[in-house]
Amino acid sequence: MSTTTTGWPGLSRPAGSVTLTRTSGIGLGLTMTWFSLLVLIPLAAVIVTATEGGWTNFWSAITNEQTSRAIVLTLLAATAVTVVNVFMGTAIAWVLVRDRFWGRSALDVLIDIPFALPTIVAGLVLLSLYGNDSPLGINVANTSWSVYLAFLFVTLPFIVRMVQPVLESLDLDIEEAAASLGASRFTTFRRIILPSLAPAIAAGATLSFARGVGEYGSLVLLSGNLPFESEVASVRILGAIENDNPAAAASVATLLLVVSLLVIVALDVIQRRVARRD
Amino acid sequence: MIDTIVAPPEPSAPTRQRRARKGPVTYLVRLLVVAYLFLLVAWPVSLVVTHTFENGLDALRTLFEDPDIVHAMRLTVVAAVVATVINTVFGVSVSLLLVRTEFPGKRVLSALLDLPLAISPIVVGLALVLVYGGRGGWFGPTLESWGLQIIFSTPGIILATAFVALPLVIREVVPVLGEVGIEQEQAAQSLGANGWQTFWRITLPGIRWAIVYGVVLTLARSLGEFGAVKVVSGNILGETRTATLAVEESYLNFNQEGAYAIAFLLASVSVACIIVVSILRARAAGH
Repeated sequence: MSTTTTGWPGLSRPAGSVTLTRTSGIGLGLTMTWFSLLVLIPLAAVIVTATEGGWTNFWSAITNEQTSRAIVLTLLAATAVTVVNVFMGTAIAWVLVRDRFWGRSALDVLIDIPFALPTIVAGLVLLSLYGNDSPLGINVANTSWSVYLAFLFVTLPFIVRMVQPVLESLDLDIEEAAASLGASRFTTFRRIILPSLAPAIAAGATLSFARGVGEYGSLVLLSGNLPFESEVASVRILGAIENDNPAAAASVATLLLVVSLLVIVALDVIQRRVARRD
Repeated sequence: MIDTIVAPPEPSAPTRQRRARKGPVTYLVRLLVVAYLFLLVAWPVSLVVTHTFENGLDALRTLFEDPDIVHAMRLTVVAAVVATVINTVFGVSVSLLLVRTEFPGKRVLSALLDLPLAISPIVVGLALVLVYGGRGGWFGPTLESWGLQIIFSTPGIILATAFVALPLVIREVVPVLGEVGIEQEQAAQSLGANGWQTFWRITLPGIRWAIVYGVVLTLARSLGEFGAVKVVSGNILGETRTATLAVEESYLNFNQEGAYAIAFLLASVSVACIIVVSILRARAAGH
């Protein structure tokens, strides 16, 4: 209502941005209240609960033998899977954009399935091919390999979906020019295409890493959550909650939160760098 | 660059031919990608479908005869719909604020809004319990003395669902809102439309499809949430057990057929959602 009182927006400011009017001020207040109640205050509660007992309690919760093994497995698997995704995700995006063959659009839909499937269903899906009665004779259930497999499945779309639009928008003329100047296809890829894809790959990789570190649902049925073998950080948090030990749960959760925050910061930096280049 | 000096720019026809140039590497990469996706996604997913229909429609029929399962599915749908409505209203408002206004802390807010995508669902559940739990939570005991139980009850399930799906609408709407620009809104205002009219007649139609994508994706995510809901719901049979929790429970109780049947239902809904979105997107790109 009061927007008209501000006069002509866009005259003195960059187009599209207006200082707060009364309506948008109320809107900002309401949305920030909801965001605080839903996200910020609960996350703050995790950090406060973790630090209430002091540094020594926090540290002993994290370095508990079983917990530290779970954290190491989680970080190791998330890193390894992210490395695989960097190569496979880029290759998949490449095939989807540049290659032409029958059934390619079906592949495009397949990529979204890990995003869309409920995580518990994802675990069941993997169990049907790589579990006890595997038609392939490969049984990873209840081993640490199941963690790698589940991470590969749930993180599949991240890099593909980041790289795909960038690859589509690339100018083929530059590659042609490189080729006409005698560059091999590999050189063209490394020197011309890869630098344009790098920010998208990096953004996808950070998201994929974060998703892996926090994964829970797809592991429940698949990994068996065996201590010292296939137990991940999220499972340890849940265990602590169920044993009525919120301080220990919050300590491990804070560690995961720090990882998430680092990922968000990394993403922000990457996005800003790309925006500046444009 | 030298190309353009030596010869005039070619017409656009050769683009297709250039793409058609294929070496052995092309076929190798294609084979690798197809095999990878077949083994990781296509084959396992198809097995769930065949497991579900091993005995014809029996598995699905037993499902709908079990009152606890029907209750779980109803609860899942209710929580998902309410969370989607909340996230849509919140998402559109936040997107408008982010794109159309300036305020201090905007950059921090826009980065924080992505946080739910990067947080473990178990941490989400724990965070909500620490604040809204009836025993020792920050606000929980007070709210319960007013008769409002959140944790181990439906409101908690809705909160958890809304949390994990929070950024989906915003991520769809923000880029479109930026693209649409404000010229039309200014024109409407100069012709005497008030803020509300401008929003309903100009802004909303412009971002209509982005909202639809966001809603469909939010709904798919909400129906399938498991970890966060597991922590806050208490998984009480016939009360706070949702469909995804019922999959776990059935499987662990050696009712594999039942687990596959519920999983199949959930998977069909979510796959239908992504197919709808990709068809709509393809159509929008075609225009």
